[in-house]
Amino acid sequence: MSDTTDPKVEAQRNVHMVLRVNGEDAEVSFAPYKTLLEVLREDLDLTGTKHGCELGECGACAVLVDKEPVLSCLVLAVECEGAAIETVEGLASGATLHPLQAAFADLGGAQCGYCTPGILMTAKALLDAEPDPSRERIKEAISGNLCRCTGYLQICESIEAAAREMRGEDAAPPAGRSKA
Amino acid sequence: MSARDRFDVIGKPRRRVDGRSKVTGQTRFADDIVLPRMVHARLLRSPHPHARILSIDASRAAAAPGVHLVLTGKDFPVTFGILPVSLDEYPLAPERVRYVGDPVAAVIAKDEQTATGALDLIRVDYEVLPTIATPEEALARPDVRIHDYNDHGNIHRNQAFEFGDVDAALKTSDHVFEDVFFFEGNTHLPIEQHAAVGAVDGEGKLTLWSSTQVPHYVHRQMARVLGVPDAHIRVIACPNGGGFGGKTDICNHEAVVLRAAQRLGRPVKICLNREEVFYLHRGRHPVLMKFRTGVNNDGTITGMHLSTLLDGGGYGSYGAASTFYTGALQTVTYEIPRYKFEGCRTFTNKPACGPKRGHGTPQPRFGQEIQLDKIAEKLGIDPAELRLKIVAKPNTLTANWMRIGTIGLAECIRQVVARSDWNGRHRKLPAGRGVGIACGAYMCGAGLPIYWNKMPHSGVQLLLDRSGQVTVFCGATEIGQGSDDVLAGIVAEVLGIDPYDVRCVTGDTGLTPIDLGSYSSRVTVMMGNAAIQAGERVRAQLAEAVAAELDSLPDRIVFAQGRAFVAGDPKKSVSFREAVVAAEVKFGTIGAVGSYSPPRPPARYKGGGVGPSPAYSYTACVVEVDVDAATGWIHVPKVWIAHDIGRALNPVLARGQVEGGVYMGLGEALMEEQAFRRLPPKLSEALVHKFPSMLEYKSPTSLDMPDVDTILVEDPDPNCPFGAKEVGQGPLLPVMPALANAVWDAVGVRIDELPITPEKILRALALKAEGKVPRVGPDSFPDVPYPAPMIVPPPWEGGDGNAVEPTPRDASRPKEPATP
Repeated sequence: MSDTTDPKVEAQRNVHMVLRVNGEDAEVSFAPYKTLLEVLREDLDLTGTKHGCELGECGACAVLVDKEPVLSCLVLAVECEGAAIETVEGLASGATLHPLQAAFADLGGAQCGYCTPGILMTAKALLDAEPDPSRERIKEAISGNLCRCTGYLQICESIEAAAREMRGEDAAPPAGRSKA
Repeated sequence: MSARDRFDVIGKPRRRVDGRSKVTGQTRFADDIVLPRMVHARLLRSPHPHARILSIDASRAAAAPGVHLVLTGKDFPVTFGILPVSLDEYPLAPERVRYVGDPVAAVIAKDEQTATGALDLIRVDYEVLPTIATPEEALARPDVRIHDYNDHGNIHRNQAFEFGDVDAALKTSDHVFEDVFFFEGNTHLPIEQHAAVGAVDGEGKLTLWSSTQVPHYVHRQMARVLGVPDAHIRVIACPNGGGFGGKTDICNHEAVVLRAAQRLGRPVKICLNREEVFYLHRGRHPVLMKFRTGVNNDGTITGMHLSTLLDGGGYGSYGAASTFYTGALQTVTYEIPRYKFEGCRTFTNKPACGPKRGHGTPQPRFGQEIQLDKIAEKLGIDPAELRLKIVAKPNTLTANWMRIGTIGLAECIRQVVARSDWNGRHRKLPAGRGVGIACGAYMCGAGLPIYWNKMPHSGVQLLLDRSGQVTVFCGATEIGQGSDDVLAGIVAEVLGIDPYDVRCVTGDTGLTPIDLGSYSSRVTVMMGNAAIQAGERVRAQLAEAVAAELDSLPDRIVFAQGRAFVAGDPKKSVSFREAVVAAEVKFGTIGAVGSYSPPRPPARYKGGGVGPSPAYSYTACVVEVDVDAATGWIHVPKVWIAHDIGRALNPVLARGQVEGGVYMGLGEALMEEQAFRRLPPKLSEALVHKFPSMLEYKSPTSLDMPDVDTILVEDPDPNCPFGAKEVGQGPLLPVMPALANAVWDAVGVRIDELPITPEKILRALALKAEGKVPRVGPDSFPDVPYPAPMIVPPPWEGGDGNAVEPTPRDASRPKEPATP
């Protein structure tokens, strides 16, 4: 921020930038103090990403930034210029659900569905990095995402089922890096 | 309802009908609604727990750039309340605030940021009043009145009932056990913060979208508060991002956005922040309770005297009902031939308590099941054996005139005993490890509505057309539990089609027949029975038309797998679509309605309307714990739970409800506390929430969740749709006492209050080491001025369900309004 301008005015003046969300370049103008969560929901109409606290406590707003799960309520959107942002809206391929989505819908991974987008994105980052995680690894990966409905067990089972599906049912060889 | 036991849809695990929408982020929650010209509201809340409002100067806020409107108590002359007996809240407090967080003003501005900023420009002068922090203080300080519509001091509700002479029964018992327990309050913590949008439509009528579990009740109260005809308001319950009872009350902000929309002629949205959700609350009442129970040497109970004292917070909310619920269901699990119940709810200067999963019944269930454990220990009977011995009988009346139909509790106990290897573990695990057992029961829907009326509790409407399309309309509300899935599944089963071919339109008072809402575990039974009736009526029309086409008789037409067949001659068939076309040709537009009212409760005494239900669900639970004696840390490796569900309509969802109940129960047992502290005098003495954030209000994470062995015990109940009982609330009930009993088995200490924290374990272990009574819990029960009990003889003592005599103390007390 320049010291020759009134910082108060400067802080409120919209910034204009291109954000890369779900593989698409979105040109967007927003107040610089806005979080990524706010810009996604309010300026890009991507309301699939939820909020439960806006303080980094619940995990509902998790999205991927350069493949890493981040809490979008704790990241300023201006910091995300040039990064690859992924939200729940980008998870399916056209009409075909991502294996995680299908498993969550089939196996009780989603009850009210409110924490679901955040958990799906967190789980995607996990499975993209570790195709065959143990139950303990799954629990650890989603331990920052609170869910009040399920008791987490059907969520873990959904992630395991999706992992099997993504590996190709009986394929066993664990470890190693997976597809991007 | 149906004698069939082979189904195409019912009982089959399948993707819920709204599953795809939830996993793609397309489910539209209230805060996801964006409308043209929409503006945003924020509430100014009281920093004082108890104060008189002397003046409000909102002129600077109203003049601030970007601000469209400021509302205060002057804009809301009429009160509201969920129960007709306690219409004691204003959307914005006009002259008195009763808890930190009580809303006093609202700013509506171009965006949230501007509205929030303008709140600081409102000046409110308060005259601070003395505060009441606890029920004990409430009883001791009748001069500091929080409300003035209640009969006495700060006692909101006060009742006593005696079903048979309990003192006489206790006198002749081999043993009398007297125990005092405390259950700390806790909150729902839905991940979705409450949100609402109010709008004026083109005709000038109002629409409210809200994260509510009870659109019908909100509709009635909005009409009352705004002074607008009911027919000119439409309330749409958006799918809730978790409810658990936290969205069953009427909310201040719902009235605020509607009034603002009315004034501005444009849509107004509000979304509470997390701190505000903690202060809105309406959660589990803190309850102190005393059980005096007579038992014979063989374990049979001779009588029970239960006294409860509830900390109600600053408003009535559901509190009158909550008070009854702390005593209504003790008798439906075990045979208790004589029963006395006294319950008292006090006002305090804290957020109002209300219903959370189990509504008023988990607290006394916690005490009763721990006391049974103590009884078993003393009598040298295995705790599971003791329970099996005293389980209530099917098709009986209880001492307090609740009608029990089917009861699968004995089977639930047997199942958890077998699956957990109870006999190999109880009293046999190494020091520090232990198992505990407990049971519970819950209603499948409240027998009476919240406001007195004789109309159906649930209505369902079906609309079919020549395209083969089936649309079902019902006021029931999807809060994550699978309400829409139950509705679509039942209609599909009756009409022999796929659930995905049923379109659900639900929770919209402008479009759907009335359903009272998602509370009291009523949806499956009440909506389900109404849906069966509507479905069967439509099916009869289709069958008549198809029979004519296929040269058969209507009662020989079978609907399955998207076709209508002639029974025994499956080659003669038409598609479902052809069946609808035939019916539309024969009868005109095809549709039907169904409705459901619960059976008339046998209890005739005043107060007997809380507790009756078309059916009760039962649960038994074994919890294993591993207690670290050095740190007091409690690890739960495994939970076994068997739930008498009647029939599981969709086993995936049923299991999810059981596990979710176990999860929430473990949170209540181990860590969750909606607790308050009084700031020091130099800091205003306000009663503030100890930790109104999700980080500090501890709830279990995925790492804390144990393995759960879920057993669904299926014994169809004739009052329930396809035999299906509730599963949303019951499974939570036994978890907390089973855990407490497991702690006793593990380390030999009794923690008679919740939550059971490491600190309390260490304190109890220290007492044990000193040779003192190894127990942490309340020491005594205060002297509560209960009224003389209403005397209602139990069925086996010649009663007819009525009270037999007005008692002198009753007569001297001012008349209380009718109880819901």
